[in-house]
Amino acid sequence: MPRADFQPVIGLEVHAQLLTRTKLFSRASTSFGAEPNANTLPLCLALPGSLPVLNAAVVELAIRTGLALDCTVNEVSEWSRKHYFYADLPKGFQITQYEHPICEHGGLDVALPGGDKRIRISRIHIEEDAGKSVHDGAAGASLIDLNRAGTPLLEIVSEPDLRSAEEAAEYLRTLRGVLLALGVNDGNLEEGSFRCDANVSVMRHGATAYGTRVELKNLNSFRFVQAAIEVEIDRHVELIESGGAVEQETRLYDPDRNETKAMRSKEDAHDYRYFPEPDLPPLVVSAEAIAAARAALPELPRAKQRRYVSALGLSEADARFLTQEPGSSAFFEAVLQHYRGEAKKAANWMTGELARLRNASGEGRVTPGALAELLTAVDQGRISSNAAKEVLGVVHQSGEAPSAVIAARGLEQVSDTGAIEKVVDEVLAKNAADVAAYRGGNQKLLGHFMGQVMKAMKGKGNPQLASELLKKKLGG
Amino acid sequence: MAAVTELTLSALSLELEAGRVSSVEATRGCLDRIAALDGQVKAFLAVDPAQALASAAASDARRAQGKRLGPLDGVPLGLKDLFCTTDFPTTAGSKILEGYRAPFDATVVARLRAAGAVFLGKQNLDQFGMGSSTEHSGAFPSHNPYALDRTPGGSSGGSAAALAARFCFGALGTDTGGSIRQPAALTNTVGLKPTYGRLSRSGVVAYASSLDCPGPMARTARDVAMLYQATAGADPDDSTSLRQALPPLTLDAGVKGLRIGLPAEYFGGGIEPEVEALVRACAQALERQGASLVPVSLPHTRFALPTYYLLACAEASSNLARYDGVRYGPRAAGATSLKDLYEKTRSAFFGDEVKRRLLLGTFALSAGYYDAYYRKAQRARTVIARDFTQAFGQVDLLLGPTSPAPAWRLGEKLEDPLRMYQMDALTLPASLAGLPAASVPAGFTAQGLPVGAQLIGPAFEEARVLQAAVALETAHPWHQKAPVL
Amino acid sequence: MTLTEAQVRHVAKLARLTLTDAEVAKAQGDLARVLEAVQALDGLDLSAVPPTVQVHPQVVAPEADAPEAPLGVERALANAPAKVGTSFSVPRVIG
Repeated sequence: MPRADFQPVIGLEVHAQLLTRTKLFSRASTSFGAEPNANTLPLCLALPGSLPVLNAAVVELAIRTGLALDCTVNEVSEWSRKHYFYADLPKGFQITQYEHPICEHGGLDVALPGGDKRIRISRIHIEEDAGKSVHDGAAGASLIDLNRAGTPLLEIVSEPDLRSAEEAAEYLRTLRGVLLALGVNDGNLEEGSFRCDANVSVMRHGATAYGTRVELKNLNSFRFVQAAIEVEIDRHVELIESGGAVEQETRLYDPDRNETKAMRSKEDAHDYRYFPEPDLPPLVVSAEAIAAARAALPELPRAKQRRYVSALGLSEADARFLTQEPGSSAFFEAVLQHYRGEAKKAANWMTGELARLRNASGEGRVTPGALAELLTAVDQGRISSNAAKEVLGVVHQSGEAPSAVIAARGLEQVSDTGAIEKVVDEVLAKNAADVAAYRGGNQKLLGHFMGQVMKAMKGKGNPQLASELLKKKLGG
Repeated sequence: MAAVTELTLSALSLELEAGRVSSVEATRGCLDRIAALDGQVKAFLAVDPAQALASAAASDARRAQGKRLGPLDGVPLGLKDLFCTTDFPTTAGSKILEGYRAPFDATVVARLRAAGAVFLGKQNLDQFGMGSSTEHSGAFPSHNPYALDRTPGGSSGGSAAALAARFCFGALGTDTGGSIRQPAALTNTVGLKPTYGRLSRSGVVAYASSLDCPGPMARTARDVAMLYQATAGADPDDSTSLRQALPPLTLDAGVKGLRIGLPAEYFGGGIEPEVEALVRACAQALERQGASLVPVSLPHTRFALPTYYLLACAEASSNLARYDGVRYGPRAAGATSLKDLYEKTRSAFFGDEVKRRLLLGTFALSAGYYDAYYRKAQRARTVIARDFTQAFGQVDLLLGPTSPAPAWRLGEKLEDPLRMYQMDALTLPASLAGLPAASVPAGFTAQGLPVGAQLIGPAFEEARVLQAAVALETAHPWHQKAPVL
Repeated sequence: MTLTEAQVRHVAKLARLTLTDAEVAKAQGDLARVLEAVQALDGLDLSAVPPTVQVHPQVVAPEADAPEAPLGVERALANAPAKVGTSFSVPRVIG
């Protein structure tokens, strides 16, 4: 069992596209149309004479993120140029933060099976995205679209505190939840607005020095992050066990073959030639701006989860489910505004039936008010749970008020004891032999009587009341 | 009356205002001279007579309706071909931008356009501003109107030559290490390198971002002041442009009571005696007008050259990375890969001096050498700037030669880059310190070659520099001596 | 300091320039002369001197996050030496 002899050591670098209207250093819109290069300004194309001008919204979002991740926000940070040649990097350098990033020394609490674990965040810096190269658009050519060039990114770098692929995936999910709650990023891995690179190494248990690390790229889903790290750990262990050594390099994950492969050769090793960006003054953030951002921070997912569990009595799992997307917790809390019953019940419906409907056919048209109304109807015994599911399905599709659906479909149940009692009496009278058998010990017949009662009431009888009345009469 | 082209910019402005000369006449005068003489001078890379005459006619129409836009309305100007213009090609004097058409005007060009100026065309330069003689132009070298076998200086040599040759009344140049002042000195014209950040760099093809200063060039200090006033001031499109308000000009305040420092390092060793003598005569002229002369020292002057070349080349290696044959400019044929495309295109279309500076700059930033070269040069820049801070604790202005020698023969220093670089030794320090500095005519050598005197002011004190320049040209109106062409 | 031929070639590669053998030799000589002049800086004790990054440092407020009309594809591609549709085209990049 060689793998068990080794301790994986993982650090993640997340690139999160910031939700601004314009680019990091130009007024070009960040909402791209379909047509390549349609949304560019001179800086996006690196036209001669174009200069960068910082977008205030980027700074605001970066500060917000830094504070949410317990970072120190530096009052002065610096821009640098990072040089490499590539067709979708129009200036031949990327403007980034190198020696002096905007945020440093933070951390994120990640809920793991063994309890919360704090993953340290070494730095958060702002940088610009590259454009897009399309390699299969034309014969013998790669096509360059610079619509995305210059889009603002936050790079969030963790310390190598993660010890397994699962931990890495959980850290990533938690981080994504925070960024969503802050409204700084849309959390879309597939489309690349939330990207992750992983630094992976292994060391023997008890060793003090980390092994040689490999940078993994192309991890565009939580599943790939986990799978890629797993196979990379295996690769390291096998290499070391067979007497080989891990080479420091960048590798690309191939999800089809579930393997990683070296991305570029040593020969092309980059010399980025960083130096301070002379076109931009240092980024100065006032203490007032930091204080204002701190005051405006929303409640973060982990805090919400703790509150849901301790104050509302939700299970840990439901609490996490409801706080993964800010839309879910907002919906949940809005339901509670209208619903006087147990929060737990509202949570059950959201994580159960509503989640099922949404998974199957999209966001749907259920409003928090509608769900609250439906839950109240169930609590009041006006409809059965089963009928409520049916109603929810209709509301999900049509957006109609639950009361209208209940009425139109005649789903209201009869909870009038007198009416039910009358039917019960009729059923028992018609089935005298079975009544005798029941009283003789055949308790199974209760279901049979219930069936008869419900049938006679066309399914609208309150089953709880019917069952109680039957038992009472049969016992007498 | 003498030819309209003999007028200074300020004089022409008054004539236009008075209606004694039309913009079309002035523009035609320039265009005729260019047509007749630019074959010898080679100041222009592109001239567009039809367009220039059209904007001149529009200016005359405005004046006829009493809607003159200001003192520059109708004045024919030239632009160093480092300024982006929507109506002329912008080539930076390099084959790598051949045929390039910018979709926007440089901020300072837009300001002149809004002031009603008439643009005659784009003027020659050492490509990307890298050079001191225009011999590193991708097109052809320009010639000094005072001695056609000699350089007009550089890199704004085309503009300086055009001014001396009376092809235009004013021009915009750029000065990174002396590229406005040195050609002005070599051509008996006036050039102002403003405080770093005073004129927007937006739309100016970048050479070395932390040093590049667009600035005005003309035949007199008053002319330069007019162009300065129309172009200077904060620009939101350039994050390094100075946000502070522009202090008012004080052109006629004289120099009485001003303390003028004469830096020991700017006189003597390495300076041609005739140059030194003419500049000392300028100092005496200012003294006669009531200034006091104070000997000062700028002890780190000799470190300016290595400091400048490391910093400027490092920044250039970065700024010029964008010329890759992908989005604009010509593309070398036969490239089989992206890397091949870059290497073939850049090797084919950059000039030798550009390549030399890209190699030096890339080296200075490369892994293992950054601290020993680039970082060290940034620290040296600090001590060079401190020299000035200390000097300006004692004096109000500094005076010295602009160039250690008058115009040299074309080809003379081409084979030895370092000797060429040394021609900038006295302009580099003020560039590194980001200070305003002007070159004004100081007279002529026995051979009839122009010499320039350099006035350097504290940061943001363009007004003081121009005020002394006006005093100097009032005492010695050398600008009136036109070349014989 | 003199750069070896290999160093010159390495730097040229970083700068994306190809040099002929003659150009390498010339560049070696030119760079040697300039770097010799640069050695003058070794005579300065700069250990306690801060580097100058911006010569007149100033705090500049960032700009509002408001989009501007784009150039549009016609102007964006007007100078392109090669294009396909509205994309810039380069020799195919493998992988």
